[in-house]
Amino acid sequence: MIELQHLEKSFGDHHVLKDVSATFERGKVNFVIGRSGSGKSVMTKCTVGLIEPDQGRVFYDGRDFTSMSQQERKVIRQEIGMLFQGSALFDSMTVQENVEFPLRMFSDMSDAERRDRAAACLERVELADASTRFPAECSGGMQKRVGIARAIAMNPKYLFCDEPNSGLDPQTAIVIDNLISDITSEYQITTVVVSHDMNSVMEASDTIHFVHQGSICWHGNREGLLEGGVKELEDFVFASDLMRKIRKTV
Amino acid sequence: MRWMYHIGRYMRLLTKSFRKPEKFSVFKDLLVTELESIGLQSFGIVALLSIFMGAVICLQTAHQIGGWIPVYTIGFTVRQTMILEFSPTLIPVILAGKVGSNIASQIGTMRVTEQIDALDIMGVNSASYLILPKVVAGVFIVPFLVVLSMVLGVGAGAWIGVATGLSPLADFEYGMQVDFRVFDVVYALTKTVVFGFILTSVSAYHGYFAVGGALEVGKSSTKAVVWSVVIIMVSNLVLTQMLLN
Repeated sequence: MIELQHLEKSFGDHHVLKDVSATFERGKVNFVIGRSGSGKSVMTKCTVGLIEPDQGRVFYDGRDFTSMSQQERKVIRQEIGMLFQGSALFDSMTVQENVEFPLRMFSDMSDAERRDRAAACLERVELADASTRFPAECSGGMQKRVGIARAIAMNPKYLFCDEPNSGLDPQTAIVIDNLISDITSEYQITTVVVSHDMNSVMEASDTIHFVHQGSICWHGNREGLLEGGVKELEDFVFASDLMRKIRKTV
Repeated sequence: MRWMYHIGRYMRLLTKSFRKPEKFSVFKDLLVTELESIGLQSFGIVALLSIFMGAVICLQTAHQIGGWIPVYTIGFTVRQTMILEFSPTLIPVILAGKVGSNIASQIGTMRVTEQIDALDIMGVNSASYLILPKVVAGVFIVPFLVVLSMVLGVGAGAWIGVATGLSPLADFEYGMQVDFRVFDVVYALTKTVVFGFILTSVSAYHGYFAVGGALEVGKSSTKAVVWSVVIIMVSNLVLTQMLLN
């Protein structure tokens, strides 16, 4: 479980996060949704320590991440997997080497053990036959799946996904959504997905946090999302004609 | 005051870079890759420039002397020019253009495509992982390239002198040995070690803090070359004053 308590972050005069508190549950896909520029990505970066919050605390299963030294954080970071919006694969390495990378840096596995573990992770994302390719030779969907394989290589306790479906066609997006969902329940990971893709939210979310102008102004689940109740949330969720039709049907 | 901000940030980055590598076996592999990238892949351009510069210095010196100035001055001038200034200063300047821009664009691209964020989130010290092998390789391999440049430059000078009949080999050899001081080579190599450090670390700094997209990576690459050259030139003056006077 990950807990955010009263996070505040400003860049100059721009107050990006305002008293953000949230709980992301273990074994569930926790979505963070909101408009572009609402503070979702800053919130995630504060959570994983890429940006230091001005105030507030982040707890990983009760461990206060914000008060830890860099050396202490290293232990938690090795329990975190992250899937980036642009995949962030190391382009000088093959797919296999990308997945092996965290194992090579932080485990005492032999070469053969590392290869086997990477092969198993690639098998899990159905990319066993792409191991010798370079990221530039992979499609967007394949790159995302390699990103997931790399993220799960170290058996993480926490998985962060930043816009996992951006730039993907709807069918591939569903494959990625299902993969994230399956892996979360299979490994009992605390998964946080940052997205503004309503298809993904309806497909894979267990809990949803809606961020508006730097604050979490609503949280609940899929059913609650369709009921609405908060104006900003309704404006966001039912911005498209399709979602308005779905609401009428429900 | 902006420059003080950059100096502070550069120092902090160096502090972060010069930490113990996560795994020595990984560091060793990266170091070998960088030695090849900075050293072996620069061999051609260093050799080409040194040969032509040595030959040109020989011809220019021959053109200047005459009458009462002895012919062996040609060998003396070629040796002194190559050892004191051309090889130890201009070769690192050229490497700042070739290697420095490569380092800045490589690290800059990793920054803007979130690859550095990925390293940080995994718990890898990204500065140490990316920068330390490049700096160590630069400090180690640039002096070798400079020694190579000295040898090739002087050799090319001797060859063109003999081939054109401007300087008999015996005179050139005598000029090469006149008033030779080993300290000149020590001075040159000391400068080279410092310049190797500057060109790799300054370039890495500009790449590491690149923000934005392809355009900014290009700009950071240009800044890396410009600032490496400026700092090399200033250091050249300071080191020369310190070591020769």
